[in-house]
Amino acid sequence: MQSKNLLELAGAISSGAVRVVDLTFTLSPDFPVIVLPPEFGQAAPVRIQEISRYDGRGPAWYWNNVTFGEHTGTHFDAPIHWFTGKDLPNNAVDTMPAKDMIAPACVIDCSAEAAQDPDFVLTVPIVEAWEGKHGRIPARHWVLLRTDWSKKGWRDYSNLRDDGAHTPGPNPAVMKWLVEERGIIGFGTETIGTDAGQAGHFEPPYPAHHFLHGAGRYGLQCLCNLDQLPATGAVIVASPLKIQNGSGSPLRVIALVGSN
Amino acid sequence: MLQRCEACGAFAYPAREACPSCLSPDLAFADAPRGGVLLAETTARVPSDVYFRERVPWRIGLVKMDCGPTIVAHLHTDCVEGAPVRMSLQLDKSGQAVTFARPEGETPNMADDRQWREMTADPKFRRVLVTNGRSVIGQEAVVALKAAGAKTVFVGVAEPWRPFAGEDLLRRQEGVEVVTLDAADEKSAADLAADIGGKVEILVNTTEYVRAGGLLDRKGTSIARDEIDQAYLGFINLAQAFGPAMRMRGADGINNSVAWVNILSVYALANWPAFGAYSASQAACLSLSHCLRAELRPGGIKVMNLFTGPVDTEWFQTVPPPKVAPRAVAQAIVSGLKNGLEEMYVGDVAEEIRQRLAANPKALERELDR
Repeated sequence: MQSKNLLELAGAISSGAVRVVDLTFTLSPDFPVIVLPPEFGQAAPVRIQEISRYDGRGPAWYWNNVTFGEHTGTHFDAPIHWFTGKDLPNNAVDTMPAKDMIAPACVIDCSAEAAQDPDFVLTVPIVEAWEGKHGRIPARHWVLLRTDWSKKGWRDYSNLRDDGAHTPGPNPAVMKWLVEERGIIGFGTETIGTDAGQAGHFEPPYPAHHFLHGAGRYGLQCLCNLDQLPATGAVIVASPLKIQNGSGSPLRVIALVGSN
Repeated sequence: MLQRCEACGAFAYPAREACPSCLSPDLAFADAPRGGVLLAETTARVPSDVYFRERVPWRIGLVKMDCGPTIVAHLHTDCVEGAPVRMSLQLDKSGQAVTFARPEGETPNMADDRQWREMTADPKFRRVLVTNGRSVIGQEAVVALKAAGAKTVFVGVAEPWRPFAGEDLLRRQEGVEVVTLDAADEKSAADLAADIGGKVEILVNTTEYVRAGGLLDRKGTSIARDEIDQAYLGFINLAQAFGPAMRMRGADGINNSVAWVNILSVYALANWPAFGAYSASQAACLSLSHCLRAELRPGGIKVMNLFTGPVDTEWFQTVPPPKVAPRAVAQAIVSGLKNGLEEMYVGDVAEEIRQRLAANPKALERELDR
């Protein structure tokens, strides 16, 4: 591509001809984090501690110390996050190719199904039906599962019950198929985790993590505003923090959406 | 507690170098019989002391103790001249021990006496914040404080999106207000204090974060960090958020701000290696509580530390009995507040550790190492 085309894109972004949609939740201490059984190590929640706020601690400036786990807020999963991807080359957020941070997306709208059933699972036939309407999912595209889950209050959002979380996600077959037959670059969800709330009971457990990361692909979760994206054609910019040997990171995810 | 002569058995007051009846220098402090008779009473109307000037009229009297000495004491309203009284030592607002005379028997609404309430931190009529309602101890504390007549019990719940056992019951109780509070989060503590900081008369810190393990059998510092976050930094956040307003309201009428309660492991005093890192986090909190006590003192706010051995909760499952029932901890909170105490040991384990530590600290260290 010639530089002038790139400048044309920048101009279109600036003019609004290309819409920029923020797919990110605000990183705050209130946002639910993943809850593991208490005997396992837990993700540190987001903490924001003032260093100074135009006061005796620093008269002219405001700044904070921030701490959080790698998997808090809207965040990115690198292949090294899962045992299946532990031995792959360039599998951490600091070593992954920078070009993988920008890729187009296919958005599969399952909001109606998820509203009916919090344990809704995405299956191959559902994706095939989507392809019937929108065309075959191209390689190196993100597949984003729209459930409108991000519009819920925090309690319904995490939807924890005595037997764990009940939130929608993909089944094992569709994850294997998307990775192996469609060659997707990654899979993104609105829920906490790329996998369904009850995915620990699937075979293999946590199939999105298992198949994505085993093949060097990525995960995005806690996304919002997926309802503002077209089924195809949006371009996702997702560049995680360059944490040394990091398994993931909170990040700002934006989508570029053309006018047609 | 009065001096008693080891030689002749006579009680002495005020404290002195030699026994007033036999001149023996062997005067040790010992529990004295509490009975006495009110000889004379008076009401101070224009005291020179700035504290009492704010609180006139104030009744004091001379009590002839059954065990000998005659003592000036603060008087309960229902004490009458010539009648028997029951004496006790109380901590006043400045943290000094003073003598207080109450009628020998129970009288109606005895604990509501104005002068008695100045010496104690009775939850009756007061608004209380229990900082962690997710724990069994927190939930039992809410029940006990309500039963003791607390007007409102605010109860903090962190991560309100996360359901927990006992939640329905907590939300259903009359006069109990569930509020969002993650003490380990600076902003959460500050936000809640902005809402209710001016109403909290008693703060009961029920932060609970118990994990087994010491140094070598743990990997890394994540758990230790959580322990410090929850217990130590949580304490600091609560103190900075609620302490200043509580201290300002120490003299705000009869339902003034009165007390801060910490529930600490007795292993704050001596490390128990099986829960070694937890013990250390508790020791840090104990030290901090002494700092808080000094800083709240100018406002007359008491800091009560309640020491317990292992409590009968999930994270002490592997520890054999004896364990303290959460309800016993809750009841001790109420009784400590009603008596205006600074320190309480709940259960046999806590009491035993206290005694052994006083007797032989090195021996205790070795014993805990089994």
